[in-house]
Amino acid sequence: MARQVKTRNKVIVTIAAWAVGIAIFFPILWTVITSFKSEADAIADPPVFLFFNWTLENYVTVQERSDYFNHFMNSVVISVGSTLIGLLIAVPAAWAMAFVPGKRTKDLLMWMLSTKMLPPVGVLVPLYLIFRDIGLLDTRIGLVIVLTLINLPIIIWMLYTYFREIPGEILEAARMDGATLKAEILYVLTPMAVPGIASTLLLNIILAWNEAFWTLNLTAANAAPLTAFIASYSSPEGLFYAKLSAASTMAIAPILIMGWFSQKQLVRGLTFGAVK
Amino acid sequence: MGSIVLEKVHKLYGNVEVIPSIDLTINDGEFVVFVGPSGCGKSTLLRLIAGLEDTTSGAIRIDGNDVTETPPAKRGLAMVFQSYALYPHMSVRKNIAFPLKMAGMDKAEIDRRVEGAANVLNLTQYLDRRPGQLSGGQRQRVAIGRAIVREPSAFLFDEPLSNLDAALRVNMRLEISELHQSLKTTMIYVTHDQVEAMTMADKIVVLQAGNIEQVGSPLELYRNPRNRFVAGFIGSPKMNFIEGAEAAKRGVHAIGVRPEHIALSKDSGLWKGTVGLSEHLGSDTFCYVNVEGIGTLNVRTSGEVSVHHGDTVWLTPGEANIHRFDKDGMAIR
Repeated sequence: MARQVKTRNKVIVTIAAWAVGIAIFFPILWTVITSFKSEADAIADPPVFLFFNWTLENYVTVQERSDYFNHFMNSVVISVGSTLIGLLIAVPAAWAMAFVPGKRTKDLLMWMLSTKMLPPVGVLVPLYLIFRDIGLLDTRIGLVIVLTLINLPIIIWMLYTYFREIPGEILEAARMDGATLKAEILYVLTPMAVPGIASTLLLNIILAWNEAFWTLNLTAANAAPLTAFIASYSSPEGLFYAKLSAASTMAIAPILIMGWFSQKQLVRGLTFGAVK
Repeated sequence: MGSIVLEKVHKLYGNVEVIPSIDLTINDGEFVVFVGPSGCGKSTLLRLIAGLEDTTSGAIRIDGNDVTETPPAKRGLAMVFQSYALYPHMSVRKNIAFPLKMAGMDKAEIDRRVEGAANVLNLTQYLDRRPGQLSGGQRQRVAIGRAIVREPSAFLFDEPLSNLDAALRVNMRLEISELHQSLKTTMIYVTHDQVEAMTMADKIVVLQAGNIEQVGSPLELYRNPRNRFVAGFIGSPKMNFIEGAEAAKRGVHAIGVRPEHIALSKDSGLWKGTVGLSEHLGSDTFCYVNVEGIGTLNVRTSGEVSVHHGDTVWLTPGEANIHRFDKDGMAIR
């Protein structure tokens, strides 16, 4: 029997859902609107919502003052690069843990996850010194390495969960059909895990794109991604809300658009295997 | 060629002994069925032959070569799984072609063989579909197609029909038997269904708790079971076992007589009993008759005989068909 839902309850739940949705979205909307205001309108009291002189002046200034595309490219290289390298390491690792688990596989997985519980600032100084000594400070390669290592546990965990959903008999069939280990992973396992791999990829690009601790602390100018670009507008010269908003909008727009187009894939991946 | 020899094959899972020690010879071209109740080790034995499990000790030879340490891909065997284990992301054509592609065969030859297999298995019109768009029987045919294109030295079937409905199972049983007739390749077939074993096998291997209870042709096992387990397992419905006074009269611990070897009469016979339940199948009727001092016996009569609950009947076993067992359950010949 289908569960009956009273109309009144439906209305209440709908209103609550919209309220939460708007509460989450409002800061982003406000940032975008502010980016089109003049600095005077941006700090007006009471705040103006839609009726002000819309201007693109902030975007022009921000682009003139700091090279947006350089930061953008840094962000792309760092987030995509670290995710791809992470996947290359994680696919075989997750394969081993999902299909040939040993006695300590569960412990190993927990241990990897536990590294995410360490406050990053705890290893900032040693890592900074190592990076300085081997010349990785403020380089894209350095950030790719750090972000790969930081997100690797999550990538392995996600892939492990997806791989566990794949029936072992299919891989055994591939072995009987003469597939080498490489062929088995390449032609059978990976294509079957595409939804899972895709959502892992997307989620990790987003995580790496938004990562602000290491990207701010290990870069100065050359390799600084968009996080550093935003941060540069909130410091010494005083607050310029409109320009800060313009910078923020430019920084989050690419990932927002990517997330919008891939949301179906993301949700599917995150709930993959919940119902067969 | 495809002769398979197991020598003292032994398998432990941790500390659990799944296969104590098995010696078995399978001749080239034979259709061998491993049969036994669930958990008897029949699937494990098949997986050991396939190479999907490692033997703890002992040796496996295929055509005289020791393959104990050889990976599954190099043993030249093909396997059909219970779950079909098709590649869901590939079309039927690609599924069947996969082992050939792995073998590095050229494309024209692959196409020729895939078309050939599809023809034999009536799959030609489904070649461009995905497994998800096929029925259970068609999927099982694809799995068989994937096995035959390689021209392996032996086929391994792991309960391939248990996911199919009853009517389809009978059809596929015939198709697999016909395939064996035409290919004349060694086939090893695992099932818990003794009807499949009886109808398909050249040679049946009855397993219990990892031990081989008896090896022989279907009729050998039916006529001369080596012990009570085999006697009870082979034949449907099950053999009736009688212990106590009736067995003592014949100087043994237990006697066994199959339902089809007991004559039922309404006016005279050796044992007097009352009809309990009766199952009318049309061609046959199976009556459960309660006999005093013996217990309930299952008796097969022709479908024409009309008996009802509570009727008094007389039963007479065919003396030549009575099996005798000693205290350890071994048959006395």
